[in-house]
Amino acid sequence: MKMITAIIKPFKLDDVREALNEIGVKGITVTEVKGFGRQKGHTELYRGAEYIVDFLPKVKIEAAVSSDLVDQVIEAISKAANTGKIGDGKIFVSPIEQTIRIRTGETGQDAL
Amino acid sequence: MKLKSLISSLGLMLMPTIALAEDKLSAGDTAWMLMATILVLFMTIPGLSMFYSGMVRGKNALSTFVQIFAITALASVVWVVIGYSIAFGGEGAFWGGLDKMFLKGVTVDALNGTIPETVFMVFQMTFAIITPALIVGAFAERMKFSAMLVFTAIWLVLVYAPITHWVWGSGGWLEGKGILDFAGGTVVHINAGIAGLVVAIVLGKRKGYGKTAMPPHNLTYTVIGASILWVGWFGFNAGSAGAANTTAGMAMAVTQIAAATAALTWMFTEWVIHGKPSGLGIASGAIAGLIAITPAAGAVGPIGALALGGLSGILCYFSVAKLKKVFGYDDPLDAFGLHGVGGIVGALLTGVFAATALGGSGFGGEISSISEQVMVQAIGIGATILYTGVVTFIILIVLKVSIGLRVSEEVETEGLDTGEHDERAYII
Repeated sequence: MKMITAIIKPFKLDDVREALNEIGVKGITVTEVKGFGRQKGHTELYRGAEYIVDFLPKVKIEAAVSSDLVDQVIEAISKAANTGKIGDGKIFVSPIEQTIRIRTGETGQDAL
Repeated sequence: MKLKSLISSLGLMLMPTIALAEDKLSAGDTAWMLMATILVLFMTIPGLSMFYSGMVRGKNALSTFVQIFAITALASVVWVVIGYSIAFGGEGAFWGGLDKMFLKGVTVDALNGTIPETVFMVFQMTFAIITPALIVGAFAERMKFSAMLVFTAIWLVLVYAPITHWVWGSGGWLEGKGILDFAGGTVVHINAGIAGLVVAIVLGKRKGYGKTAMPPHNLTYTVIGASILWVGWFGFNAGSAGAANTTAGMAMAVTQIAAATAALTWMFTEWVIHGKPSGLGIASGAIAGLIAITPAAGAVGPIGALALGGLSGILCYFSVAKLKKVFGYDDPLDAFGLHGVGGIVGALLTGVFAATALGGSGFGGEISSISEQVMVQAIGIGATILYTGVVTFIILIVLKVSIGLRVSEEVETEGLDTGEHDERAYII
């Protein structure tokens, strides 16, 4: 089991959700976040006073998937969230030790 | 007012019957002046309050409304007690005296020209309200509420009322020179702009100015406020005709032309320089044009309005976006950059575009040439700058050493809403 964490541009969320649906990902968690990467912030201008906004709004998607689905998930997110411009985001993959479905008590692969 | 003095001097020279004719009430004039008075009050509350409040940070949003609301109440009372008398109580060169303190003689039957003196008094009161309210833009986000109240009361008596008399009062020395200040380029805008600059410098910069971001917290407020100001300005300018007549009609036309032109020139200047047209920019541009046309409204024609509006939009843009950075003072909402600079541009160019050859309605007093009129305008501007600059400075220094001008650093950081009023604009 792997945890896929992706940081994407907010307006790409719907495309990514659809793409994940298509390859059979059964659930994701979405959080609105702020941060900076190579894109850095942007500037705003008020009567000539320039303010640098350091943190840009992004969306964080977390999906717990079985290990054999990982490559497909990465491909789906990469495709759906890509605009080719700076600030498209990143995907992180990390191992999951255990998964438990709270309602039934199922564990591991069955709980995904 | 000029018309009135002309008629009364004619009356003195010719026949007593003409003097009697002056004192006849006109229902049309009175109806318009009642309306104009309400429009000018509406400019301040809510117009100016929204315009300013939108530009401060959220933690000071309510306090900005409270300051302007309190100034409205305080200035009204000060005007009744002594302000009106100093401005319009008598015929001195420098002040009107104390004969009309507590509105003595302003009875239900008293007339000023063709309108009740009560209406004239309240119309002028709304000008005495908006002028100190404009200065809020310079001391925003850091002045003590108590100090602001004391400053406003003293400033109205020592600065606003005398300058009003110089320009508009009968026997005022600037009126005698033939100055053209239809609706308050010197009296209102240069006066408030220069006082604002002095306040900004004496108070000092806001904590963290230039280091931390202080963006406006709600520019939709600001654009709504600017819209209300634009509408209300017809009361301000066309109302300054004092009657429902042809001068009021032209004042209305040139007011609209100048506001629209300046909104566009500011917007395009910003667009060219920074790549995008902004809401704050186009709204500020309209206000710059309205300020510049204020002294000119009864004297220039459409061509003058296009020129005044166009220039003021560009010059005021540079004064707030560039000049402020060069000199490094912290005038948060640009009381000086808009009202000071726009007022000076307007007052000077009034002297040019009043020329009948340029579509204007002629020079003031005995004046016969553009250069002579511009010189008188410059004298009026210079006298206003000098007088308001010096007296405002003295008032502030006295208050600084006695009761203190600024809130504590702690209050400034947490915001004036909770720090000064124990309440907040936004509970989210």
